[in-house]
This record gives sequence, C-alpha cells and structure tokens, in this order.
Amino acid sequence: MELFWYIILIMMLAIYVILDGYDFGAGIIHLFFAKNEKDKKAITNAIGPFWDANEVWLIASGGVLFFAFPTLYASSFSGFYLPLMMILWLLIFRAIGLELRGQIHNHLWESLWDKAFGIASLLLALFFGIALGNIVRGVNLGMVTNGVSTQEAHYFFLPLWNPSFSPHAEHLGIIDWFTILLGIIGVVALTIHGANWIIFKTNSELNLKLKTVVYRLNLILLLLVIISILIWHIIDPKPFRNFLDMPWLWIFPIITITGLTGLFRINQFKKDGLGFLFSSLFLFGGITTTVASIFPALLPSTNKINPDLTLYNMAADHYGLSVGMNWFIVAAILVIIYFIIQYKVFKGKMDNIGYGEH
Amino acid sequence: MEDMLFYDRMQFAFTITFHYLFPQLTMGLSLMIVYFKWKFLKTDNSHYNDAAKFWMKIFALNFAMGVVTGIPMEFQFGTNWAKFSELTGGIIGQTLAMEGMFSFFLESSFLGLFLFGEKLLGHKLHFITGFLVFLGSWASGFLIIATHSWMQHPVGYEILENGKFVLNNFSALFSNPWLWPSYLHNQAASLVTSSFVVSAIGAFYLLNKKHASFGRLFVKTGVVFGLISTVIVAFPTGDLVAKNVVKHQPVTFAAMEGIFETEDGGSEIVLIGQPNMLDKKLDNKIAVPNILSFLTYQKWDAQIKGLNEFDKDIYPTNVPGLYYAYHIMVGLGTIFIGLMTFANFQLFRRKLYETKWILWSLLFMLPFPYIANTTGWYTAELGRQPWLVYNLLRTSAGASPTVSSGNTLFTLLGFIGLYLLLGLLFLILAGKIINQGPSTENH
Ligand code: HDD
Ligand code: HEM
Ligand code: HEM
Repeated sequence: MELFWYIILIMMLAIYVILDGYDFGAGIIHLFFAKNEKDKKAITNAIGPFWDANEVWLIASGGVLFFAFPTLYASSFSGFYLPLMMILWLLIFRAIGLELRGQIHNHLWESLWDKAFGIASLLLALFFGIALGNIVRGVNLGMVTNGVSTQEAHYFFLPLWNPSFSPHAEHLGIIDWFTILLGIIGVVALTIHGANWIIFKTNSELNLKLKTVVYRLNLILLLLVIISILIWHIIDPKPFRNFLDMPWLWIFPIITITGLTGLFRINQFKKDGLGFLFSSLFLFGGITTTVASIFPALLPSTNKINPDLTLYNMAADHYGLSVGMNWFIVAAILVIIYFIIQYKVFKGKMDNIGYGEH
Repeated sequence: MEDMLFYDRMQFAFTITFHYLFPQLTMGLSLMIVYFKWKFLKTDNSHYNDAAKFWMKIFALNFAMGVVTGIPMEFQFGTNWAKFSELTGGIIGQTLAMEGMFSFFLESSFLGLFLFGEKLLGHKLHFITGFLVFLGSWASGFLIIATHSWMQHPVGYEILENGKFVLNNFSALFSNPWLWPSYLHNQAASLVTSSFVVSAIGAFYLLNKKHASFGRLFVKTGVVFGLISTVIVAFPTGDLVAKNVVKHQPVTFAAMEGIFETEDGGSEIVLIGQPNMLDKKLDNKIAVPNILSFLTYQKWDAQIKGLNEFDKDIYPTNVPGLYYAYHIMVGLGTIFIGLMTFANFQLFRRKLYETKWILWSLLFMLPFPYIANTTGWYTAELGRQPWLVYNLLRTSAGASPTVSSGNTLFTLLGFIGLYLLLGLLFLILAGKIINQGPSTENH
C-alpha cells in the first residue's frame, strides 16, 4: 500500500517537472533569447493556456504527499521553510508576469512583467535543482549537535546556507556547492526542455536558433551530469549500492542516457516534437534515477543517530491509504481525460492564439 | 514559544483572509456567467454573450489572484503547522488531496478552454466548458469546507497512542452534520458577493450614463440573484449553522451572542453592546428579551448557557473579536436583505433604473459582502479557538517545532508586502476592464 502511494507520488512529481518544467524553460528562453515582440508572443502563446493546469500537478502532488505521508510532509515542509516560501513568492511572480503583461499596452509595463516572468522562471529552475540536491544529500534529522538530538527524530530546520558552503558540515545549509551544482543542472536541463517545447508548439523564427542552443547546452549538461555523479560518488558512495542490489533499477539511468544522447541529433529530427520527447525522457530518467538510488528512503539522515525517513516509517494509516486508492483511481482517469481534451483542442502550432489579450 | 505561535497565526490569518477575497467571487460569478451564457443559447440575443464575455475578463483576473494566493495556503499546513499536519494528516490530507485531484484539475484544465476556446469550440461546447469551471470551483469549496468542518466537529476518527488521528470511517467525513449547512451557507454567501459586484458595476454604468444597456442587464440580474441569495444566507442556512454552534460548541455560541449570564425564562438577543471581559458583562447594551431563545430553540423560555458557566480554560481566546465579527456579519446580512427587497420591489414596478438612491446604494455596497464574508470566517475561526481540532487538539500544540519566530515574521512581512502589491495591481486592472466596459460583438 505504501509502495503504491510512493510510486504515485514520484510519478506525479515527475509529471509536474516535465510539464511545468517546459514553462520554466520557456521563461528562461524568453529572458535570454527573445529579442523582439514577435519572439515573445510566440513563447507566451506556446505556454499560455497550459501553465495553470501544469501548476496544479504541484498542488496535487503536495496534496498526495500530505495525505499519504503526513509525517514526511510535516517534517520536510517545516524543515525547508525558507526555500519553500521563496518558491511560493517566485511562483506568484511568474504567474502575474504571464497573466498581467498583456493587460496594459505600455512598453514599460510589458518589459517589467517580462523580466518578472523570466527571472522568476530562472530562479525556480535553480531552486528545484537545489531541492533535489538536498534530498539526495540528506539533512541533519533531529538536529543532532555533539551526538545528541535536540528535536524529535524526524524534525529539522535548514538555514539557506552555512558559512562553509560544504555538504559535509555538521550543520548543513540548503545551498552548498553540491546542491548548487544540481541547481545549475536544473537550469540547463529545463532551458533545453523549454526550447524543445517552443520548437514543438510554434513556427517562430527563433526555432532554428533554438536548435543550436539545445545542442550546445546539451554538451554542457552531459559534462555537468558526469561531474555531479563523480562528486556524489565521492561524498557518499552508499546510494550506488541500490543499483548493485537491484539490477532492474538500471532501467532508469538508461532512460536518462537515452534522453540525453538522443538530443544530440536535434538537427536531424524530422518531427518538431521529438526533441521534446527526448528532454522529457531525460527529466523523467533523472528524477527516477535519483529517487531510486536512495530508495526506500525519501529523505536520508546525515547523522548516525536518527534513521532515514522512508516510505515505510512516514506513511499514513492503512485504512486511510486504502480508501484513498478508490477515489484516486477515479480522479486519475478524469485527469487523463481532461488532459487529452485540453491538448486536442490546443493541438499543433499555437502562434496565433493571442495569449493574454482577452 | 507563545511568540512563535502568534506569528504563525497572524500569517495564516492574513494569507487566508486575502486568499478568500478571490474565491468568493470566483464561485459566485462562475454561476452567473454560466447563466448569461445559457440565456444567450436560449434567446440567441448576443447581448447576453457579450455580458458573459465581459465577466469572463474579470473572472480570469480574479481567478489568477485566487490561484497564486491559494498555493501558499496549502503549503502552510506543512510549513507553519507541521505538528498539526503530522497528527491529523491522515484525515484532513484525505479531503485536501481530493480537492487537488477532483476540483483544481477540472477548473484549471477547462478554464484555459473557456477563455481561449470560444471560436475553436462553438457556443454549445463553450457553455459546457464554462459549466465545468463552475463545477470545479464549487467542488473546491465543498472539499475545503469538508476539511474545515472536520476541524470544527471531528468525526470518523480514532486517536492512536502516539497522539495521531487516524481515519476509521471515510463516509463520515461527508455526512458530518457540520458540513452541509456550512457549505450551503458559504456558497449562498459567495453568491451574495457576486450579485452585489454585478449589480454595483451595473449601477455604475447607469449612473455614469455609459454602457447603459449593459448597466440595466447587470443591475437586474444582480438584484434578482441578490435577493434570492441574501435570503438563503439568513434562512435556512444561517439559522442551521447557528444551531450547529449551539449544539456542539455552546461556549462559542455564548461568546458570539455576548451572553454572560444564563437567564432563566429565556435569553435576550443583543443588538448593540461592548463585551467587558473584566466585569464579565456587556456595556451599553440594547437587547430584545427572549428572542434569542426563540430563534435557537423555537421556545420563548428555552435556557441558553452564558459564558460564566464555562471554565475559562476553554473560552474562545478572543471573545470581543468573536462577538463583533458575528454581529457585523449578521448586521450586514440584515441590511443586504433590506436593500435587495427594495430593489426588487422597484424592479417589479419597472422603476429600478430611475431610482437613483437605490443605484447609489448598490454601488456603495460593493465592499460590504466581502466584509460580511470575512467576518463570517472570523466568527468560525475565532470561535474554534483555543482548539485546532475542536475539543481534541489545542492550537498551541499544532505549530512547527523547528521554525523560529524570526523566520515566520520575515515571511509574514514578505507576504504583506507582496499581497499589497497584488491587491493594488488587481484593483488597477479590474478598474481598467470595468472602465472599458463590455464590447458588442460587431464593432
Ligand atoms: C455574505 C456573507 C454572509 C452573511 C450576510 C451571513 N453570513 Fe454567516 N457566514 C458567512 C457569510 C455570511 C461565511 C463566510 O460564509 C461563513 C464562515 C464559515 C462558513 O461556513 O460560512 C459564515 C459563518 C457563520 C456562522 C459560524 C459557523 C461556524 O462557526 O462554523 C454562523 C453562526 C453564521 N454564519 C450565521 C449567520 C446568520 C444567522 C446570518 C444572518 C443574516 C449570517 N450568518 C449572514
Ligand atoms: C476551509 C478552510 C480553512 C481551513 C482548513 C482553515 C484552517 C486554519 C488553521 C490550520 C489555522 C491556524 C490555527 C489557528 O490559529 O486556529 C487557522 C487560523 C485562522 N483562520 Fe482558518 N481555515 C480555513 C478557512 C479560513 C478562512 C476562509 C478564513 C478567513 C477569511 C480563515 C481565517 C482564519 C483566521 C483569522 C485564523 C487565525 C485564528 C487565530 O488567530 O486565532 N480561515 N485556520
Ligand atoms: C486553508 C484553506 C485553503 C487552502 C489550503 C486553499 C488552497 C487553494 C489552492 C492551492 C488554490 C489554487 C488552485 C488552482 O491552482 O486552481 C485555491 C483556489 C481556490 N480556492 Fe482556496 N484554499 C483555502 C481556502 C478556501 C476557501 C475557504 C474556499 C471557499 C470556500 C476556497 C475556494 C477556492 C476556490 C473556489 C479556488 C479556485 C479559484 C480561485 O481561487 O479564484 N479556498 N485554494
């Protein structure tokens, strides 16, 4: 039962990253590559009718986390208090940037909200990467100082950083050089992903340029991924054992590699959607690989006193989880139907829908 | 520790109060837009379609505000109320997760279609997407109130040795006697908000002598919806929620009504007076004898317990605040019914559009349903204190153990700044849409 909800949760989060990820990526492209009004229009049209529904995957994953693993929800949301609040503020800026820009036709107004949208997207990509970094690195559960827990075993609190920026420190911060590396990977990967979405959904003049961008960023991404794996292996070799114990888990890294290498052929693709498919594979593989490597933990402990938070010791009661399964299956079917309808209606290229001009 | 709790509560109160300014219009207005669109399909009069399109613009803006302020609400259960989430998550997580899966997906998927799909879909399908958006927003209200009702009146649970609440009866969550009256009262109240907003904009157009034909349509639709909803808010729904409070939270009821002494032979209803917590009485009281007993139990001499009968330990933490919040809500409700009755009377006599004082009153009334809704929620929330889960879990036991007051104050200030900006932007943009007015199809 716990395993069922664990898989659901990871799937929902992965879908969230793939869907809202292209919105963030589009925002980053908007910030750096959109030079004129036409480019900007193309980009906002490509994500306009979708971003809101995409964001619901975050809310719904949050809901499922709350419901199925309440203790984990409580401990991680209070422990990561500050970055979560900042993510909320950034989500607000991104949304109002997108929604309010078209309401007044004034050059200053428009460029203000363009910047808000772009910068918020960039920072969100960075923060989500950092978040992943924090999860694989683990946290000081129970806030152990000198070998004694100062809090209940599953509570903790992280400041944004500590002066050493080191992932080895006893008192960790959210941002250290390892997590920031994952943050950068997040930015690069989502930029590629967003570019692929724009190529897929528009006939913009940007598209040709974006293909080169994807190609080059992909090289950087490959490099960063290799470095991060090496570093991770050095600071904490334990996670790699999962892949030795359960060889079938290799499916996830293989998906990641397929996505990553496939993208190098971006210029040969006949169909515009293929690039998007490959970057989705990369994101999906990346997330599942990371999660699989710490399985069954969801948040590892960096001290020896308090145990990892795992899907077994964090789950809600059995009865609640099993009735939940009934309504969840109904809801999931409905959600799939909505998605099919939505993407059917807005299928194909979207250059002309005129997003933001009600 | 006390300090920390204070900022957590302030932050929750501030962010939820701001959030709820938007959904109340979303829920009411979506129904009215569906009505306009339906009228258009029936009469083929494009005037109705233009009206629907105009309100969709306001709706879209309002909805965006509701979404961006709603997400912090959901996060705050974990960030600021971690202990509460840990202990009750197996139960309230149930309804909150359902809200995400059943209503937010529905709403947000079809809103995109509704806003951008009129040409692609044709009018019939466009109407259906509008209807689905309405359904999603009302489902969202339902599930959130189901959550809230469980906090007011917990059902279907069991408490384990480690203090955790676990669910043992799923359907009890939805047959909770607190839920249905509360839901219907709240939905009627959100229709009050949208009716007043629609009629106020209509009155504005008439008084301003711009877009007069739309002005008439809006005023007429607004006052008809307004009369129905204001009456339903008071009776039967207001009456039913009040009866729930007497039955399950008698100490709250005494505080709401400002009753300190238990009167043999029936309690009076207080119209005006200031609670004096030192001397335990109401100052400057104006009251009508025996009415309260009658309203509550339909018996003139029924006994209602006064505050002095209860242990101070379970008093609502802020008795005067609770008392005022309740009296403001009920007072405004009475005024609303009065105004809407006059307006409909004039409408019936075909004199409404010329009756200046009613048009001015309708315009002036625009902020008041928001005040009534907010004070209504304060009645519910202050009345629940000092409990997070009534009678079972104290508010002081629910906050996050590791988040310090410095951090909470920091984020509270951040939210205040950000929301002031949002509020300002909303007003400017809504003002602009209203000023532009509805456009006619062929121009
Ligand atoms: C336009 C808004 C509005 C108006 C005019 C009224 N209410 Fe109300 N009331 C609400 C909007 C509201 C609300 C915001 O919707 C609340 C908050 C919680 C809830 O479910 O509904 C509420 C709560 C609420 C409660 C507290 C329930 C609880 O503790 O959970 C009571 C006892 C009443 N109402 C009773 C009344 C009565 C007797 C009214 C007579 C006119 C009235 N309300 C008018
Ligand atoms: C149905 C949804 C709601 C839920 C589940 C909910 C839940 C909560 C929680 C967890 C707290 C913090 C603990 C406490 O101080 O009691 C709280 C406090 C509060 N909420 Fe709600 N709330 C809901 C709706 C609302 C709405 C719509 C409003 C107002 C517009 C509101 C106003 C407040 C206020 C004012 C407080 C602070 C109470 C105090 O300081 O004592 N709530 N609520
Ligand atoms: C603590 C309580 C609350 C939480 C956690 C909460 C959470 C949220 C969230 C996450 C959203 C965004 C959904 C989206 O992306 O579509 C939202 C919107 C919404 N909420 Fe709330 N909410 C609370 C209180 C309320 C109350 C009391 C009501 C009404 C009874 C309500 C009704 C709505 C509606 C109708 C929407 C959708 C559109 C809009 O906001 O304008 N919410 N809420």
